Amino acid sequence: MVPISWYLVLSAMLFALGVVGFLVKRNLITIFMSIELMLNAVNLAFVAFAWQWKQLNGQVFVFFVMVVAAAEAAVGLAIIIAVFRTRETLNVDRVNLLKL
Amino acid sequence: MRTDLHLWLIPILPLVGAAINGLLGRRFSQRLVAAVGLLFVGASCAYAWWVFARFLALAPANVPYVEEFATWIRAGSFTAGYGAYLDQLSMVMVLVVTTVGFLIHIYSVGYMVEEGGYYRFFSYLNLFMFFMLTLVLANNYLLMFIGWEGVGLASYLLIGFFFLRDAAASAGKKAFIVNRIGDFGFLIALFLLIKHFGTLSFDRVFPAVSRLPAETAGAGLLTAIGLLLLMGACGKSAQVPLYVWLPDAMEGPTPVSALIHAATMVTAGVYMVARSNPIFDRAPTAMLAVAIIGCLTAFFAATIGMAQNDIKRVLAYSTISQLGYMFLACGVAAYSAGIFHLMTHAFFKGLLFLAAGSVIHALGGEQDMRRMGGLRRHIPWTFWTMTAATFAICGIPLFSGFFSKDEILWRAFSSPYGSWIFWAAGVLTALLTSFYMFRLWFLTFFGEHRGAEGNAATQAGASVPHGHHHIHESPRVMLVPLVILAVLSVIGGYVGIPEVLGGHNAFEKFLGPVFEAYAPEAAVAGHASAAVAEHGTELALTGLSVLAAFAGLFFAWLLYVRRRDLPDKIATALGDLYTAVANKYYVDEGYDTALVQPLVKGSTNILWRGIDAGGIDATANDSADSAQHVSDALRRMQSGNVRSYAGWIAAGAAVVLAYMIWLGVRR
Repeated sequence: MVPISWYLVLSAMLFALGVVGFLVKRNLITIFMSIELMLNAVNLAFVAFAWQWKQLNGQVFVFFVMVVAAAEAAVGLAIIIAVFRTRETLNVDRVNLLKL
Repeated sequence: MRTDLHLWLIPILPLVGAAINGLLGRRFSQRLVAAVGLLFVGASCAYAWWVFARFLALAPANVPYVEEFATWIRAGSFTAGYGAYLDQLSMVMVLVVTTVGFLIHIYSVGYMVEEGGYYRFFSYLNLFMFFMLTLVLANNYLLMFIGWEGVGLASYLLIGFFFLRDAAASAGKKAFIVNRIGDFGFLIALFLLIKHFGTLSFDRVFPAVSRLPAETAGAGLLTAIGLLLLMGACGKSAQVPLYVWLPDAMEGPTPVSALIHAATMVTAGVYMVARSNPIFDRAPTAMLAVAIIGCLTAFFAATIGMAQNDIKRVLAYSTISQLGYMFLACGVAAYSAGIFHLMTHAFFKGLLFLAAGSVIHALGGEQDMRRMGGLRRHIPWTFWTMTAATFAICGIPLFSGFFSKDEILWRAFSSPYGSWIFWAAGVLTALLTSFYMFRLWFLTFFGEHRGAEGNAATQAGASVPHGHHHIHESPRVMLVPLVILAVLSVIGGYVGIPEVLGGHNAFEKFLGPVFEAYAPEAAVAGHASAAVAEHGTELALTGLSVLAAFAGLFFAWLLYVRRRDLPDKIATALGDLYTAVANKYYVDEGYDTALVQPLVKGSTNILWRGIDAGGIDATANDSADSAQHVSDALRRMQSGNVRSYAGWIAAGAAVVLAYMIWLGVRR
């Protein structure tokens, strides 16, 4: 029997990896993948709790998160393609037209 | 049920004229402007006389006749309405204002032809008539105050009529500001009346006041109200110490000086004091103050009048002095004598100003009497009308001023409030009046002409640049009002011939009910005792005042006809005293140093530079500056770098998480 704390520690590590990747990587695709990593870390925490407390709420949330992630992937990839077409680069440091 | 006299028509008609000329007059021809201006004032005048005929037929029980047209203000238990209050006093005032006003309107048609802003002038003049009639017809103090302020506005507009000239613009402002000081007192008096009687209507305040006992010696509520009302009257009627605006008001066109600053508006203070007679009757201290101020003003202004050289300024000081007489009359409870003098003064002083205007017109704008002289052959009509007015103001027997002035002097002596000091000061003033008026008369009309005839218009002090090249009589439209006023100046006194001279004192009997209705019993008794006082004394005093008038005439003749070298010698002999009088006792300069300069300096340094610039502006500017600095710093966060935004988000999330964990741990 694996104790719940293991799952939570794994989830936290995955989330931290996602955050770090999001902050340090420059390539848009990698950043995008980091976001997916964070979402799935959260999913892991949800199912772990659901299993622990024998309740379905957590699993239902996971489905919601997956749906959102799928939608996000569709929209996000479309944006990435649009950015690449106009700027011919995926380096986020060069996508900086929003500043003052 | 009372008959409906539609009194609202009397003030409204000139207002309609003012509106038509003011809004559309720019496109009218001069003839049309004059026609509109005259039509509405004339209609108002005619209607006032019709009302007078109806008024005489009213049963005494119906007087005062009050018409309420509408409610104006309703606040809690306090109400003020638009209403007219017609009794003998307001009837006399309405007739004087409309009649003299109409005559001066006619005169202006001729006088103002060559000035700019013809339509503007008639619009303002009609507006003045509206406010003046509102003032005298109002049935409560608040509506009276509207008229009071309104005539001040019209006066300001007309004094500054030639607004391109700096002196005229400043004179207008001076008149307005000095009047504000008096109005302040008037307003406080109204607040006191509201506080203690809950109403400002004449027909409710006066009965309430008459139930109060007379305040013997010392101060009380009525004394306070009386003194504050007097302060208002001092501003409007140019009494010491607030008289300084009136001489400067001569910057306005001459018909304005005649109408507003001689015949009507400046008498509003006298009217107000007479109207408030129930209050003053019960406040002997306030009464005494009225009499003293009147006496002081009469004498003080007369001395200044002796040393002025501008023909209009002499008349201005003379007006102040005569207004002092009226205050003296009110101050010794001889209200009807005061109103009597008000009426005759409206005739002869209006005429004096109009005639002076005619002289100025004839000389192409010359106002300095030292450059006049010998005019009686050139402008005979003006000369004869002015002669009538001069005789009237000096109190030469059988002219109107004689009867009214003598009535005041007799009352100043015999009234329970009077004293021989008032009488002596009055007679001395009569002597001075006679002197400076005949000085004006001799200097203007007798001797040789001393001005350069051809280019008079270019000389200093010229306000009316007519640009004529010879001395000429005024057109008929200006002469007709002169003649009518001259007739009134001569016969105007016959409505009030005292009993000692074989008359019936009809004028006083006519006004009597106004002043006896709410008078305290003691005063009525005093009145009766005054009436039976020895006729011998009255005759003797009359003789003395006539003597004073002729003495003034003699001295003026001696100095300005017989011995032309004497005035300069006397002036040199008097030295500093003469200089002080010629410079109007340096009152203007004194006010400037004592009041105006400290006020200007205080406003500049404390209110403007200190509070406004240093406090209010600085607060606003500093907060704007600091907001700019803070946002300048915050702006740096918006780098446009997506990863830095992500970093901020992560940092924020970390802070929130840390806070939540801390909360959890603490629990």
